[in-house]
Amino acid sequence: MATLHTAPRPDAPTAGPPAGQRRRKQGRGRSQGLIGWAFLAPFAVVFLVFLIAPLLYAFYLSLYTKGLATGERFAGLENYSRAFSDPSFLNGVWFVVRFSFIVIPAQMIVALAAALVLDSVTSRFSRFARLMIFIPYAIPAVIGAVIWGFLYSPSFGPLEQLFGDDAPFLLSPDNLFYGFTNVVTWQWAGYFMIILYAALQGIDPSVYEAAKIDGAGSWQIATRIKIPMISSALILVLVFSLIGTLQFFAEPQVLTPISNGAIGTDITPNVYAFNLAFRFAQFNYASAISFALGIVVFIGVYIFLFATRKRGGFLQ
Amino acid sequence: MSVLTKPLDTPPAGAAASSKRGKRPKRKLGSHVFLAFLVLYFVMPLWFLIVSSTKNGSGLFSSPNGALWFGDGFHLFDNLSTLFTYNDGIYLRWLRNSLLYALGGGIGATVLAVLAGYAFAKFDFPGRRLAFSLLLGAVMVPMTALVIPTFIMLSGVGMTNTIWAVILPSMLSPFGVYLMRVYAADAVPDELLDAARMDGAGEFRLFFQVALPLMRPAVVTVLLLSVVGTWNNYFLPLAVLSDSRLFPVTVGINLWQGLAGANNGGGVSLYTLIIVGSLVSIVPLIAAFLGLQRYWQGGLSLGSLK
Repeated sequence: MATLHTAPRPDAPTAGPPAGQRRRKQGRGRSQGLIGWAFLAPFAVVFLVFLIAPLLYAFYLSLYTKGLATGERFAGLENYSRAFSDPSFLNGVWFVVRFSFIVIPAQMIVALAAALVLDSVTSRFSRFARLMIFIPYAIPAVIGAVIWGFLYSPSFGPLEQLFGDDAPFLLSPDNLFYGFTNVVTWQWAGYFMIILYAALQGIDPSVYEAAKIDGAGSWQIATRIKIPMISSALILVLVFSLIGTLQFFAEPQVLTPISNGAIGTDITPNVYAFNLAFRFAQFNYASAISFALGIVVFIGVYIFLFATRKRGGFLQ
Repeated sequence: MSVLTKPLDTPPAGAAASSKRGKRPKRKLGSHVFLAFLVLYFVMPLWFLIVSSTKNGSGLFSSPNGALWFGDGFHLFDNLSTLFTYNDGIYLRWLRNSLLYALGGGIGATVLAVLAGYAFAKFDFPGRRLAFSLLLGAVMVPMTALVIPTFIMLSGVGMTNTIWAVILPSMLSPFGVYLMRVYAADAVPDELLDAARMDGAGEFRLFFQVALPLMRPAVVTVLLLSVVGTWNNYFLPLAVLSDSRLFPVTVGINLWQGLAGANNGGGVSLYTLIIVGSLVSIVPLIAAFLGLQRYWQGGLSLGSLK
């Protein structure tokens, strides 16, 4: 996506159709419209059934409460006012927000450093390294979390052998942040690296030649030319990473049993909504939390993309 | 767009030119040391998994050579046979389910995305602008926010705990449609379509014989992304499935993880099974990625929101 918009798009929807197309449309406008919809219809059905309908249904459910004695009754925005005064929900939101501030820079620094180095050396080993760094993307988040759970575990992992009794337990309340940051960075940095690397490879190398003639060193080329030129790819990676982090679910869910209680049932909004629905059967309240999370992420990402639209291009 | 078609393994012209002039070897050494560190970090968990899968239950806890090296005895084949026979071979069933869900959801999502992307790129139909804005908005909706409402909806029509509860929602890929639309807009020239129409080709023949072959690189990318997305999915199957015989391997392994903590293995070391099961479950995707490098290295840069 990043590289897609560096060139002006002749097909932008705002541009008027060329003369030939306009003539054609007058003749066959109706049939064109019908055929267009025919191609779109299968996706439109899935879109309505599995995106629009669940969203509307979640909103509908979130407006009701269900008591054991009282049955279902209309509650208006009660569930939302409950959510925004529920310490479990607020702490979960606060957790993912704080976590974003640590894990997103961590992922991006690792991915960007790897991409810049891979872009500057061409050897058999660098090709091998590119593949190896990428491999965790092919591993499901659950399996990644299971493996790191073993590695963190005092009874299985190598930390005990390295540090003896002073070995840090990365899932203790104090270290949880670092434990999660490590798992998520390991899982995603390679994928982001590939996106940034492809963008770097798309830069015309003659730019570097010109900079070298002007006396720029490789550090200056990296910081003054390469990084600004891939800013749209960086924004793309940031958005992916933001959407992923706010939905944080699989890793805390998987690591809960071995964390000795450091990971609660309300650690992130998604984990909380899941537990509300499937442990406590509070589907109305869980729907309100899901819906609130969806809206918050949507608005957050939209504002971010709007603010960076000159560099990003997704909303152009 | 160019990244989609450009093979990345050919070194860029600039690199060739600068190596001809002779780069300082010191800087290259530093870069290679840095890369070696990264490789160690990213591969270490896999190495741990491989080494551990050759240990038996007690070897996992107390290995003379530490957690990151082989222990006494080589139990990989014992572990594999236990894995495939434990609980009437439920693990193989999980693997088959994962494959079914990933292919069903992935192929479905790709077919829908190709058709819809082509429609957005090449037809001017009433409501197109509105539909496309909706699509862009949908890209930003976090998919996990839909899981619980989807579960409640599906349970209303009695469809939870069926394979369709996983496959059908996995067919939704707004980002796939967006990618196909952007790709088709450039890759399929209007003139070509018009010329074929003049010759009397019908719209559906036009799609299959003219447009589809031109869109192939993007089709492969979207297919790969949606298959991986469904294979790796955890939240959706965890929510909509309760019969462990329908679980995909991600949910199954996590079921064992929960039981192992509670010591419910019934005499079998579940930790060994989790280790070997994790290793076997990641082999297919890693093999696919290594084998299909040519396709994804450029294509993946187009990204995924899943």
